Amino acid sequence: MDTISLLMQGFDVALTPTNLMLAVAGCIIGTIVGALPGLGPSNGVALLIPLAFSMGLDATESLVLMTSVYYGAMYGGRISSILLNVPGDEPALMTTLDGYPMAKQGRAGDALVLSGVASFVGAFLATIGLMFLAPTLAQVAYLFGPAEYFALYLLAFSTLGGLASKSQAKAVLASCIGLGIAMIGLDNFSGMPRLTGGSMHLMDGVDFLVAIVGLFAITEVFVFIESHGKESSIGVTLNKITIPIKEILGSTVTMLRSTVIGFIAGILPGAGASLGSFLAYSAEKSIAKDKETFGTGNPKGVAAPEAGNNAAAGGALVPMLTLGVPGSGTTAVLLALLMTLNITPGPLLFEERPEVVWGLIAALLIANVMLLVLNVPLVKLFVKILMVPPRVLLPGVTMVSFVGIYSLSGSSFDLLLMIGFGVLGYVLRKLDIPTVPIILGILLGNHMEDSLRRAMVVSGGEWQYLFSSWIAIVLWIAAMVGFTAPLFLRNLIKKPTAHDH
Amino acid sequence: MKLKMQQLVAGISLSVGLIGTSFAAECIAPANPGGGWDFTCRTIGKIMYDIGAVADPVQVTNMAGAGGGLAYTHVVNERNDDGDLIVAASSATATRLAQNAYGGMTADQVRFLGAIGADPGVIVVAKDSPHQTLTDLLDAIKADPASVAFAGGSAAGGFDHLKALMALNRVGYTDIRSVKYIGVDSGADAITQTIGGFTQAMTGDISEAVGFIKSGDVRVLAVFTDERLPGEFSNIPTAKEQGVDVVAVNWRGLYVPKGIDQADYDKWSDALAKVAASQEWADAMTANGLAPFTKVGDDFQTYLDGVIAEVQTMSKELGVIQ
Repeated sequence: MDTISLLMQGFDVALTPTNLMLAVAGCIIGTIVGALPGLGPSNGVALLIPLAFSMGLDATESLVLMTSVYYGAMYGGRISSILLNVPGDEPALMTTLDGYPMAKQGRAGDALVLSGVASFVGAFLATIGLMFLAPTLAQVAYLFGPAEYFALYLLAFSTLGGLASKSQAKAVLASCIGLGIAMIGLDNFSGMPRLTGGSMHLMDGVDFLVAIVGLFAITEVFVFIESHGKESSIGVTLNKITIPIKEILGSTVTMLRSTVIGFIAGILPGAGASLGSFLAYSAEKSIAKDKETFGTGNPKGVAAPEAGNNAAAGGALVPMLTLGVPGSGTTAVLLALLMTLNITPGPLLFEERPEVVWGLIAALLIANVMLLVLNVPLVKLFVKILMVPPRVLLPGVTMVSFVGIYSLSGSSFDLLLMIGFGVLGYVLRKLDIPTVPIILGILLGNHMEDSLRRAMVVSGGEWQYLFSSWIAIVLWIAAMVGFTAPLFLRNLIKKPTAHDH
Repeated sequence: MKLKMQQLVAGISLSVGLIGTSFAAECIAPANPGGGWDFTCRTIGKIMYDIGAVADPVQVTNMAGAGGGLAYTHVVNERNDDGDLIVAASSATATRLAQNAYGGMTADQVRFLGAIGADPGVIVVAKDSPHQTLTDLLDAIKADPASVAFAGGSAAGGFDHLKALMALNRVGYTDIRSVKYIGVDSGADAITQTIGGFTQAMTGDISEAVGFIKSGDVRVLAVFTDERLPGEFSNIPTAKEQGVDVVAVNWRGLYVPKGIDQADYDKWSDALAKVAASQEWADAMTANGLAPFTKVGDDFQTYLDGVIAEVQTMSKELGVIQ
């Protein structure tokens, strides 16, 4: 009951006219930032911090604005994933797999509404989880050391093979390319630059946003030019927009499962939203009866990653508030904002600054409801983009990509790199090698490498250390099952088909 | 398309709105908004204007990349005689310069203006750790280097790593390559690993540990300052009083381009000294967990040369640089 009264206090703080206006503005800006290829939640929040300073907002007001932008961007990322096959930000990557095929089948409206509802379920339940369980859940972070993290990332990569491609070998090849690209930059353990060719631009490694926009948006342009638009995947048919009640009800269980997976991934510092949506998708695919329809426009393949990544966004706030450890790139920026506002997140934050914490939680709940209301009717507006002929739409997307990437670092080097990734993506498309595993390799590769090397330093090079806790052992078993299961299952599925011929 | 264009226009007008106003002076924060360098530029710039040390507001430009290296190169190559430019710096700037991490650039290619605040370095252990004093911990490492692993928020060879090594060096332990250190994503992350028992001690800045110190989850073995900290942390012993003569703080300061007039240099160092003496800066330091640490002009240059030399020696022994 105590929680409820604290929450009421929180609503008192959050429900002032100024805060509500900031929440609306934040949700709209966030959705736009999320939808724009190249700009993700962490850039959105980072870009707005100077604005919050110059407007002289106080702690709660700044937090309301920033978290609305954060949640808004998490919602918005799915829009370009579904409509253009270009992920708006990295957690929305998995939504392209089934969202875009749905759009191609004329069900863009369905996919947008469904993913909007899934986002709401994920984010809302995660916020509730944050509210009741945060102090307890924070302890989970103490259970994860280098060995456990390594096993967790291994689990993610081991399930990559069966994903996004009919050929497991090609998916493995693609993830190896991604891991290779992740190795570029300063080596955290020796301080030596690796594979940078002496260029200072590559010292921080390759920004995954540059890779995403290059591999998706720019590649699309090349394919379009080559075939004079015939082979481009852009441009979809449009049917009447209705609320897809059947799909929503049909994926309720999917959403709940994905919320739990995403939330847990979010709580673990360093794992974050991308891992959340990825694990949610592959879990859903592996237990589904209609596995083969994943990747061809299965509504569950849209609901799972969206519920997963939005739940992870809420989960990532748990370690940020209770330990001061950011669980994702965006929470790292939010953390910096809190510090600047003289709020030190940590074990005592809930006791010392209840008005900030509960104001924040109330703001999250408000932003969530607002986003659902905003997003469902706006679907019509978004889908209208599709009515624009590709020859007009595509140059627009290209322009936005260039502006978005340039705004990240203000460096023309990143633009060239982005075009390079576009060429790579074009070659890979011709070879029918999937690009999603490449992005995941770039996103998670460094975390996996760091975890392994930390484990080796801490244990003095004893490999047994990797299996030194039950959490690590369970994750290793799951990883092995995840890697081998598709091989056997494929044979089982193939047999009856062979019989038919 | 219409929508995309609207979004684009909104984005551009937003960014223009943020940076479009004209200012006389500019402060480059070599990182994204929200970090330590950004804080330095925004706070010092604002106070300079508020107390009348400069005539016009100071514009803040964020130029992230290569751990400050992009901004450093930019200043040296393109802004070398710009008398209206100041750049945020910290211990990390000095460490990276010492380790040749800015693509061959050296510390004498700019002029350091001074430091006016610092985040004191600390060594922290979990509350149930057997090590009660800094000497306990260092003795344990001397006896068996494999028994203690440090975690810190900077990469191996970074300042957090070097602080721990400097302490060991002072008690006569020279086999620094055998000391276990893992660099994690942040200081708070390092504390989490230490409380979780994966590492035995955390080396970092006190601001990173404040929440955990207050909650009693960790114990501070030593703070690397000349004197004990004022206020609520006055019960924390310094390394010096435990016989380990290390002063290691993460200072916050500024540098200016090398080729500017002496008059411009003096103008900026006067302004910085005025900020250091102001009540506004005292308040800002308290709010951000910084301790007073004022060294301006030649005084600072001497201090910096000493730090850079020590970092270089240690980094060579570690194998971080040749």
